[in-house]
Amino acid sequence: MVLVLALGDLHVPHRAADLPPKFKSMLVPGKIQHIICTGNLCIKEIHDYLKTICPDLHIVRGEFDEDARYPENKTLTIGQFKLGLCHGHQVIPWGDLDSLAMLQRQLGVDILVTGHTHQFTAYKHEGGVVINPGSATGAYSSINQDVNPSFVLMDIDGFRAVVYVYELIDGEVKVDKIEFKKPPTSNSAP
Amino acid sequence: MYRDTVLPRVLEQIVNCRDEIAQYYLIDCIIQVFPDEYHLQTLDVLLGACPQLQPSVDIMTVLSRLMERLSNYAALNAEVLPYFLQVEAFSKLNNAIGKVIESQEDMPILSAVTLYSSLLKFTLHVHPDRLDYADQVLGSCVKQLSGKGKINDTRATKEIVSLLSAPLEKYNDVVTALKLTNYPLVVEYLDNETKRIMATVIIRSIMKNNTLITTAEKVEALLELIKGLINDLDEPQGLEVDENDFEEEQNSVARLVHMLYNDDTEEMFKIISILKKHFLTGGPKRLKFTIPPLVVSTLKLIRRLPVEGDNPFGKEASVTATKIFQFLNQIIEALPNVPSPDLAFRLYLQCAEAANKCDEEPIAYEFFTQAYILYEEEISDSKAQVTALQLIIGTLQRMHVFGVENRDTLTHKATGYSAKLLKKPDQCRAVYACSHLFWLEDHETIQDGDRVLLCLKRALKIANSAQQIASSGQGSAGSVTLFIEILNKYLYFYEKGIPQITVESVESLIQLIKNEESMPSDPYAESLFASTLQFMEFQKQKGGAIGDRYEEIKV
Repeated sequence: MVLVLALGDLHVPHRAADLPPKFKSMLVPGKIQHIICTGNLCIKEIHDYLKTICPDLHIVRGEFDEDARYPENKTLTIGQFKLGLCHGHQVIPWGDLDSLAMLQRQLGVDILVTGHTHQFTAYKHEGGVVINPGSATGAYSSINQDVNPSFVLMDIDGFRAVVYVYELIDGEVKVDKIEFKKPPTSNSAP
Repeated sequence: MYRDTVLPRVLEQIVNCRDEIAQYYLIDCIIQVFPDEYHLQTLDVLLGACPQLQPSVDIMTVLSRLMERLSNYAALNAEVLPYFLQVEAFSKLNNAIGKVIESQEDMPILSAVTLYSSLLKFTLHVHPDRLDYADQVLGSCVKQLSGKGKINDTRATKEIVSLLSAPLEKYNDVVTALKLTNYPLVVEYLDNETKRIMATVIIRSIMKNNTLITTAEKVEALLELIKGLINDLDEPQGLEVDENDFEEEQNSVARLVHMLYNDDTEEMFKIISILKKHFLTGGPKRLKFTIPPLVVSTLKLIRRLPVEGDNPFGKEASVTATKIFQFLNQIIEALPNVPSPDLAFRLYLQCAEAANKCDEEPIAYEFFTQAYILYEEEISDSKAQVTALQLIIGTLQRMHVFGVENRDTLTHKATGYSAKLLKKPDQCRAVYACSHLFWLEDHETIQDGDRVLLCLKRALKIANSAQQIASSGQGSAGSVTLFIEILNKYLYFYEKGIPQITVESVESLIQLIKNEESMPSDPYAESLFASTLQFMEFQKQKGGAIGDRYEEIKV
């Protein structure tokens, strides 16, 4: 069982003061094996904070990130899954699932994690899964009017991935889950 | 018996001995040895003896200890609180301290402040609801400080910070501290560095307790208190601050902006106006930290404006979208000169999207124009241009507010920029991204198949010339990848049924890619092509209209 935290678009301090206290108390150091972050932190303080939760931190560059050295996209393998990470402002039209599926083909991954729209989505198609963890702080978005703070926790076990989405709605944390299985023989269709 | 017999006799002895060391020790003994209830009842007598002691006795420590004991006593035994009121403990202590300070003209400021600090903590513990008492203490403190000018004693400064932090810690609510009228007056006496430290303490208290500051008046008062962080005060050369510290401070000011909020749009507009007034005095170094959160607060305000026509009173609302967009323009235009053109560029595009949602065509156009000017004049690094163009195309793709003429001008410029990027692969990708500018799913007036095809063909041309460069041994390998990416875009539009994207055009592109000789040596292109073909197969198997579409493509 490998726990992967996926989050992004925090936009601290431009659009939000900090993560919601209820989220902070859930993100305890030592419980998570990897963090994948879609970008737009935006400052080093947040980078350092994420590192305290888990030292294996993967970040890609959002258009407001202070640190210009983050890569445009990244791929990594966890369990039997190939994961791809990209902020998403590079994929036009923004939030368009077909265009994101194209990026998924370009990166050659089973699970593509992108952000930018501040809207949680989990889109399953024959080529794989596209996940958007939303904005962990519920930051303002010109794309999406109603943003609730959200993040994703993936439990990856061999060929099986369970995706838990945590959303803060009206002060309460709501959890939902979606499951994906990858057929052992094929190389890109879960 | 203690009060009437023992204590007066003992005190008489102490006063008469006139030995400062003995006096100090003995008074201290009395305070430590006898129980607190006794002290409460005999405050008059005890305090009356203090001014009679030798001037060199450390009366400050004596009184502080007494107050501390009484504070703890009150903290641990809530039921004795009424006694405190009964014996008028506060006023007796206050007067006693006043007398002591009066009688010792040369008392160092540290001692005076320490006394008031202890008294304040006593007041906060014993009479937490009596803000007027706390204010009185601060007032007396101000009086003492006013005679001495700026303070140079670091210990005294530390003590003042402790004094000012006490109400924050006690009430956990800066708004309450703001009610103490003498609070800002005490802050005035701090030197600039300490003012900044105090400001950070205040902000930290707000963030920790999630305090919302809700009126323009309180915001103004708060900004006064933390002005050490907002601008350079009276230092002509600016401050000598460590860069990391400075960034941290400014980031905390930025975070603070999100705590200044009111549901009422008129009040909120007042709040952001005050913020604008103060932030614009901050000088170039601070603007890039303070302006973005202010812009975001303002954009959020626009969303809360009542829709025109919903106003039940029919009067002209003083806060209109137009006014707010003007406001936005005024604050963003300060940024490019900082210089922060990239930031200004991004903020202009954010504003354009907001204007789009409000159906304000000329305003949206103006914001785009500003963004374009910055792109042309200030964004010259090739990587920065690629990202900037992605933002332009991405934003423009979502605009539905523009009429034909305006839209044409903007899209024409965008495609122009795309073709002029430094590297051919970047050009290619930007140009095929532009194809989306001409097909908006939900807006039939913005669906132009010809232009879509034109973009895709142009992208092919660029991919072609990239390939020529590659095959002559000079350029990037992997240019066949570009063809495959363009194929994916062809499929995207083909699937939507755009007549100009014909089956034949798709098939010939597939053929072209298959004939590519460089493919076997390019595993990335090979796998991308394979997954594209697989995608087509999946779509075919979906059946229905989409399945039929893909059936027609002969691979």
